[in-house]
Amino acid sequence: MDEIDRAIINSLQGGFPICDRPFAAAAAPLGLSETQLMARIERLLADGVLTRFGPLWHAERLGGALSLCAMAVPEDRFDEVAAMVNAFPEVAHNYARDHALNMWFVIATEAPERKDEVLTEVQALTGLRVFDMPKIEELFVGLRFEA
Amino acid sequence: MDLSDRDYALVTALCGGLPLTPRPFLALAHAVGMEEDDVIARLHSLSTAGIIRRLGVIVRHRELGYRANAMVVWDIPDHAVEDVGQRLGSCPEVTLCYRRPRRLPDWPYNLFTMVHGRDRTEVTGMIAAMAEREGLRNHRRETLFSTRRFKQCGAHYGQRQAAE
Repeated sequence: MDEIDRAIINSLQGGFPICDRPFAAAAAPLGLSETQLMARIERLLADGVLTRFGPLWHAERLGGALSLCAMAVPEDRFDEVAAMVNAFPEVAHNYARDHALNMWFVIATEAPERKDEVLTEVQALTGLRVFDMPKIEELFVGLRFEA
Repeated sequence: MDLSDRDYALVTALCGGLPLTPRPFLALAHAVGMEEDDVIARLHSLSTAGIIRRLGVIVRHRELGYRANAMVVWDIPDHAVEDVGQRLGSCPEVTLCYRRPRRLPDWPYNLFTMVHGRDRTEVTGMIAAMAEREGLRNHRRETLFSTRRFKQCGAHYGQRQAAE
């Protein structure tokens, strides 16, 4: 990553223009050509610095359901349980954390009723209790990172 | 805002991201059988309605050097949680802030914030400074650092059609 990559990341976490030549429009203030900007984004994706180039959706406004779930997984079953949980396409991410509740994952489903089904299936499959903690209120969603 | 079948078709077509071509909305239009102008107009509407939170690069924070990822959870009295949440949500250290249900007796925390930083020492310092500044030093809190990331992919949306 060089200074140009950093400038791209810092200026394009949102605000990508919606017009007929958006790469040209976004490239100009960065002092890049349309082709250069597309090539840079392609490489940042290939290198894994970017997970995606596109929209960040508001899941609930798309009609879906979303919940943060936690489980207390015995250490010797951790990998086995992680594999079971991650196999669900509805599991969007999963992190191990330092706590008695040591596995934290997000279930995102398009059909709202599917969320509780996935929860029940995870509990049945793993034999472990799932703590379901859907948001009550969204107070801030920033998730912007300076490169 | 009610979503049409065409909107869901656009959502599906955008699942893999925006095509890296000079006219990405034309490519999308071809994929879903719409005109480029209509795609642009629909995406403006979805953006204005907040259904698209934002459009652009979505980073993998670890790869940018944010190696410490802390979920800081707070036990805040219910009558104060909204106010405290607003304040924590506007702190520069906080990247996400949600109110969630307690799960007593196992889990007494009702306010969840994410704090990212270069390393655990830096993040621990940021959290302590924030708690001090916001007058929350005496509220019970825990910091859960992530130790492994198993999965981080965007959720998959758009396979479903709008209700008939």
